[in-house]
Amino acid sequence: MGVEGIGAKVLRKEDRRFITGRGRYVDDMSVPGMKHGAFVRSPHAHAKIKGIDTSAAREMPGVIDILDGQQLKADRIGNLICGWAVSSKDGSPMKMGAYPALADETVRYVGQPVAIVVAETRAQARDAAEVVMVDYEEMPAVVGSEAALADGAPQLHPEAEGNLCFDWEIGDEAAATSAISGAAHITRMKIINNRLVPNPMEPRAALGHYDPAEDHYTCWTTSQNPHVARLVMSAFYNVAPEHKLRVIAPDVGGGFGSKIYIYPEEIVCLWASKRTEVPVKWTSDRTEAFLTDAHGRDHVTHVEMAFDADHKIVGLKVDTKANLGAYMSLFSSATPTYLYATLLSGQYDIPAIYANVKGVYTNTAPVDAYRGAGRPEATYVVERTIETAARELGLSPAELRRKNFIRSFPHQTPVIMNYDTGDFEATLEAGMKAADVAGFEARREEAKGRGKLRGLGMSCYIEACGIAPSKAVGSLGAGVGLWESAEVRVNPVGTVEILTGSHSHGQGHETTFAQLVAERFGLPIDNVQIVHGDTDKVQFGMGTYGSRSGAVGMSAIVKALDKVEAKAKKIAAHVLEADEGDIVIENGEVKVVGTDKKLGWHEVCLGAYTGHNLPDGMEPGLKEGAFYDPQNFTFPAGCYICEVEVDPETGTTEIIQFVAADDFGNIINPMIVEGQVHGGLAQGIGQALLEGTHYDEAGQLVTASYMDYAMPRAWDLPMFKVETLVTACTTNPLGIKGCGEAGAIGSPPAVINAITDAIGNNDLSMPATPEKVWNAIHAAS
Amino acid sequence: MYETSYQRPSSIDEAIKLLGDGEGEAKLLSGGMTLIPTMKQRLAMPSVLIDLRHISDLKGISVDGSKIRIGGATTHAEIARHDGIKAAAPSFAYLAGLIGDPAVRHMGTIGGSVANFDPAADYPAALLAIGATIHTNTRELSADEFFLGMFETALEENEIVTAVSFEAPQAGGWEKFRNPASRYAMCAVFVAKRTDGSVGVGVTGAGNNGAFRWTEAESALSGSFDGSALDGLTVDEGAMMSDIHGTSAYRANLTKVVAKRALAKAK
Ligand SMILES: Cc1cc2nc3c(=O)[nH]c(=O)nc-3n(C[C@H](O)[C@H](O)[C@H](O)COP(=O)(O)OP(=O)(O)OC[C@H]3O[C@@H](n4cnc5c(N)ncnc54)[C@H](O)[C@@H]3O)c2cc1C
Repeated sequence: MGVEGIGAKVLRKEDRRFITGRGRYVDDMSVPGMKHGAFVRSPHAHAKIKGIDTSAAREMPGVIDILDGQQLKADRIGNLICGWAVSSKDGSPMKMGAYPALADETVRYVGQPVAIVVAETRAQARDAAEVVMVDYEEMPAVVGSEAALADGAPQLHPEAEGNLCFDWEIGDEAAATSAISGAAHITRMKIINNRLVPNPMEPRAALGHYDPAEDHYTCWTTSQNPHVARLVMSAFYNVAPEHKLRVIAPDVGGGFGSKIYIYPEEIVCLWASKRTEVPVKWTSDRTEAFLTDAHGRDHVTHVEMAFDADHKIVGLKVDTKANLGAYMSLFSSATPTYLYATLLSGQYDIPAIYANVKGVYTNTAPVDAYRGAGRPEATYVVERTIETAARELGLSPAELRRKNFIRSFPHQTPVIMNYDTGDFEATLEAGMKAADVAGFEARREEAKGRGKLRGLGMSCYIEACGIAPSKAVGSLGAGVGLWESAEVRVNPVGTVEILTGSHSHGQGHETTFAQLVAERFGLPIDNVQIVHGDTDKVQFGMGTYGSRSGAVGMSAIVKALDKVEAKAKKIAAHVLEADEGDIVIENGEVKVVGTDKKLGWHEVCLGAYTGHNLPDGMEPGLKEGAFYDPQNFTFPAGCYICEVEVDPETGTTEIIQFVAADDFGNIINPMIVEGQVHGGLAQGIGQALLEGTHYDEAGQLVTASYMDYAMPRAWDLPMFKVETLVTACTTNPLGIKGCGEAGAIGSPPAVINAITDAIGNNDLSMPATPEKVWNAIHAAS
Repeated sequence: MYETSYQRPSSIDEAIKLLGDGEGEAKLLSGGMTLIPTMKQRLAMPSVLIDLRHISDLKGISVDGSKIRIGGATTHAEIARHDGIKAAAPSFAYLAGLIGDPAVRHMGTIGGSVANFDPAADYPAALLAIGATIHTNTRELSADEFFLGMFETALEENEIVTAVSFEAPQAGGWEKFRNPASRYAMCAVFVAKRTDGSVGVGVTGAGNNGAFRWTEAESALSGSFDGSALDGLTVDEGAMMSDIHGTSAYRANLTKVVAKRALAKAK
């Protein structure tokens, strides 16, 4: 490898522009004649729209036009779609409630867009939006999934009786029930996974530009997958024909899943630009982000985990109510089903598993994938339950886990997944050693002397990344394939451009992807340019989510590099009159092994383009493309150990130590991987300790700003101890598994297990705020 | 934010004049750390902002032995790092240094904080405990007279907080228990042993009507200025604030715990 190849801790190329404030985000974009859009949004969680009076607003300074749902409907702009069809256990398809980009008859969550005002300036658009008079007839609202399923609950959609979108199942119910009924011990819990607001640093934004001269559309949008956005906007929403639509996602300041989806605002900006013939830009403010970015999690689960007399798990039954919010979002059917229940086997050999998931509509913002997407919810259920079982059985949490670890691979779980490889014992060992678990009791004693309650909690997570084999997901209802594409363009001077369908919004692709080229040809990463995020430049691709850009996106690059390498070797063999099999490429040179015959890499590249001396029949040029479709998911796994001290007088939790021992397969850039783990841990710890989304009974979001929604700060986090172990993934060429979500998936149960251990009361829900912990201490004593 | 206009007077008189003659609503602007976010959320729409930060009479700190005077437009950061205050009333400088974050401390001012009287603002607890005087362009009021209740002070229309003055206590202690989201106080307590020997205990963030003096604690502590003196006391839950971050019972508990910790730190 070159010094900047696979495994090198090179600094991120993209950080120069990010750190110096020179990133270019959608809100930085400006085109001549551009105007500004502001949305009129519902102040009610549930109401009928009886009329919209725009007359006063139209008189406001600078107003160009005001458009509402009736006009949208007249222009036959399609309703928002869900890209994954999930069926109920009775075989019936999920019940989609109609979701127009501008509400035409009914609003179902606070913040739902009702109209757009286009004006000369942003302030003028907002001033006028306030003056648009919408006549609402308020209706009763419901915000929790259990309440929404109850008899007599307010009904959201005529299409979905009882607010039930789907009643889905997986696994063998009879087998799980019978295993549990004969078990020696059963651990039962009710587990709530709290709703989260994603809060990327950059709020969403869209700039729609219809050019009447060319009859061409451009949409700049804060997207994790601009190609999918283009497809969906053209094929389903009917805003613009695909070949006349260019979608650009420039620098994007974080997504965490919330920027996968195609939201009403970008559709409306593009459509409004067509109607008004001016470019229309909208940038979300933080309040709009709280109200309308797709939220995450929000599960209520009942679980039963059964053990035989030898403490082996014999059966697992899970019943989950997943709050979907008011409407389906792009992947919101898959997140609480196929991305969740398929991971319920965890790291354990469980012979019988059954899960029932009800997807429920409520008068809240739509809920969809958020960093981890289903897998944090599964991990939280499994790891809270097994830790609780260990306490009930009087075993050490490590011992009970060890007893049940899967130890031979490949391993077929009862819930679809087939784990290709892993070594759960190794990550457990590494975690326990780094956390000095052996010395914990002494530390607990010492803390007691200071009046503090010390606790230790563990979580052994597994997740499915590298989403996903197209054929498999297609059979499960996905509307798209989940492969990735790449094109490697070698320039005549030997520099390289990689065009990828992955999209970087913080992950460091410009560096890691370039390292693949450094590894292959021995070129400096500075000679490699990564091109992404523009449908005019890059071939179709599926985008970035589900920790897939490494396992899937880079695998596509590897395939394309294989082709480039093969062609370069053919050219070199021809020029050097050697056998193709004797050619090696290293350190920027193309050599004949065992001789001093060689060409510079740039000479081969130039030769490919001059075409003066190529093998007979070879096409000139050095540019290759590839599509890579994974054979399987990848399965990162690890062991997280959290040690806390609780102040019993105030209920405050301090994380004293957090150890992460992860197996991500092979690693391209250890520094970036560690950064991903840190970020994920911050989010997971944020969920466990701080982040609570609270709607009141009327459906108003109480935590709609940072005054009330607690984000994790550096202050809340310890220095992390991060260890990585490697079992190489067996199903992709690089042997990598993915690392983007693990931190957020594995950490919440470790934190809650630690706090409940410290306070001696297992009845504690996330976020474990000081008040809740204080109450739990008092309830226990 | 709604459209507004901006004025920069250079004297208190000029500011008062501008306050009187503007059409629509004129608002004093000091650090803007409360007012500007409120305007951005479209919850305030002043037609003119009158910036107090360039009036020299409102600036500056003087320390004369134990007598301290702080101009209304003095920032939290200036107070936190002022050598004279650090020597005479270290707990007061410490309090200023824990307000918000560095950006807030370099913009926000004591005059703005006192005039705004947010129920979780930090200075009011200390000013009540110390027995400070609030100076305006027309009069002087004791902290007890000035702070009336939630966002309510004795300030009249067209009245400007020009300064705050107090006699440094013999001993003072500050403990702040933060709201995990806003980092304002969920409960914070300033304890002061005044030069006349009496004790002041100011509590902010916890009460349902703004910062208040915990008088039972003051009497208990006048015998012995030590946390153990509070052991027998309970805090009236009925006077506590209750919200999604903490019930009144929790805040009542915090008040006592935090007061003891403030005492433990007092110097
Ligand atoms: C992120 C953040 C965190 C914060 N954390 C804390 C905290 O932990 N503790 C805390 O105490 N505060 C906190 N604050 C508030 C901060 O201390 C503000 O500085 C303070 O509340 C207001 O002071 P200001 O100078 O910014 O006033 P401004 O915002 O300019 O004005 C506030 C109000 O007072 C009026 N006013 C201003 N000056 C005068 C005057 N001299 N006379 C009469 N009326 C006047 C204004 O018209 C306005 O109505 C925080 C603020 C932010 C943004």
